[in-house]
Amino acid sequence: MENVVFTRIQKEIDDNDIVLFMKGSAVYPQCGFSSMAVQILSHLGTTFRDINVLEDNDIREGIKDFSNWPTIPQLYVKGEFIGGCDIMREMYEEGELQKLLQDKGIEVAAA
Amino acid sequence: MAMDAATIEQMIMEAIPDAVVKIEDLRGDGEHYAAYVSSASFAGKNRVQQHQMVYKALQNKMGGELHALALQTSVPD
Repeated sequence: MENVVFTRIQKEIDDNDIVLFMKGSAVYPQCGFSSMAVQILSHLGTTFRDINVLEDNDIREGIKDFSNWPTIPQLYVKGEFIGGCDIMREMYEEGELQKLLQDKGIEVAAA
Repeated sequence: MAMDAATIEQMIMEAIPDAVVKIEDLRGDGEHYAAYVSSASFAGKNRVQQHQMVYKALQNKMGGELHALALQTSVPD
């Protein structure tokens, strides 16, 4: 069972450059932390795949084990786990997130 | 279910004995905390790994009893 979920998660992060596992959708975030994560990615002018864990309990529980990370949101870039909203905010404020995306060949809006 | 700041601090200190921990109750409701954790044991680890160490210290409280813990980690100068 777990492997099926892990396979689905793996496929999402393989198929999309930026994946945000979040509560709600990018248009209607349903949690302040997920909302902040969306705002950061939007500020950077990126397009990203949003996965609403509230609509899929298997993913909601599975992603915590997959990443060894207990909370949502979770950001993946090019298959790599970047962190939750605290790390996203810290990296964004220090310009590291922009750099990381650029280093991975993803276009971002000018700072 | 809320957790008090002293319990959070104690759990972190038990797992990371040299840690300097500062906890703020952001709204005074015992539910929304910010934690600043500094430890030499974070050296050489990236942010994800540092946060994972703190989450591990909090066992399975994070995401359950402890809904909101804004976390910032650092290595002492």
